[in-house]
Amino acid sequence: MNNFKLFLPVIIFMVLAVFMWRGLYMDSRTLPSVLIDRPLPEFQLRSLELGDQLVSTADLPDGPFILNIWGSYCLPCLQENPIFMAAKEQNVIPIIGLNYKDRDEAARDWLELNGNPFELNIIDDTGRYGIDLGVYGAPETFLVDADRVIRFKHIGVINYRIWEDEIMPAIAAVQAGGSS
Amino acid sequence: MNVSTRLFGLTLVFVLLAVFKPGKAHAQIDVFDFETPEQEQRYRQLSNDFRCPMCQNANLSSSPGGVASDLRREIYRMIMEGQTDAQIEEFMLARYGDFILYRPRLTAQTLLLWFGPIMFLLAGAWVARNIIRNSGMKKFNHNRAEADASINQDTYVVADIVISDEERRRLNRLLAEHDDSAHNQDNTGR
Repeated sequence: MNNFKLFLPVIIFMVLAVFMWRGLYMDSRTLPSVLIDRPLPEFQLRSLELGDQLVSTADLPDGPFILNIWGSYCLPCLQENPIFMAAKEQNVIPIIGLNYKDRDEAARDWLELNGNPFELNIIDDTGRYGIDLGVYGAPETFLVDADRVIRFKHIGVINYRIWEDEIMPAIAAVQAGGSS
Repeated sequence: MNVSTRLFGLTLVFVLLAVFKPGKAHAQIDVFDFETPEQEQRYRQLSNDFRCPMCQNANLSSSPGGVASDLRREIYRMIMEGQTDAQIEEFMLARYGDFILYRPRLTAQTLLLWFGPIMFLLAGAWVARNIIRNSGMKKFNHNRAEADASINQDTYVVADIVISDEERRRLNRLLAEHDDSAHNQDNTGR
């Protein structure tokens, strides 16, 4: 008992040290999404491609797809664009864009200048659909399976490491789940 | 007015400015029309209670962030549609999770968050109690008893006993000797 008391400060220090050490590497800026394993919320929105004709979930790809929240004002979106371009070239998975709180002309110019990896660009100029998705700033990237259920979400820019280590395995899992 | 009074005045102004920072943490101004003061009151209350998911350390009412103003607009819309505070909270929780609440709900996951501080307080009180106990009469009596087993602890309860001057001198002498021996024993005994 006395020995235990003697080491109590050391034990307290070690417990605190472990918590604080872990805290150093925790990212408090990315919030866990409550929408994982929930169906993609319904929408009726314009798109960059189809003018005034409204699009809805019915216009989305049949199989799994990526939903990327982007804006022409968003520098990280420009950074991750080449990754999506490469994925489009290699037919990895269909990519849908959600043009978030942007102006149509600015968005079109941006796509023309930097390349358009998106099959369809849904326009959420008010940010209302973004709220339904729990979005709090571009870029955010969702992975939706064939049943229109959100299976994965990445907040912030995607670089090659994240693409290889996190996104690709998630895509593989979703594509395997859809075919079985 | 000499230099030091001026300096003092200047310092006072800076201190007062630092303490009562003008316009600190003021709310963002929205132009919403409410039908009743009660609706406006609820709007203010709710946008104070929800946390901005982007700015993280600001509530919705003080945050200039894009998504914060969108969420304030949604709160306004839901109030005008006649939704209750609980419904609005449900709306926020379904989209942004517990993070959006400045007052977390009481769930199994947040138990430690809610009661952790009380646990620490109780643990501190327990430690303090032990320290006080050990450093007080107990230790004193313990040392005495150890040093001279022939002296009963009851001897020290002298409140009701009247002693003569001669007895008092003898007692002091004994105590002094006793203190010395206890002290020596303390040093050699460890």
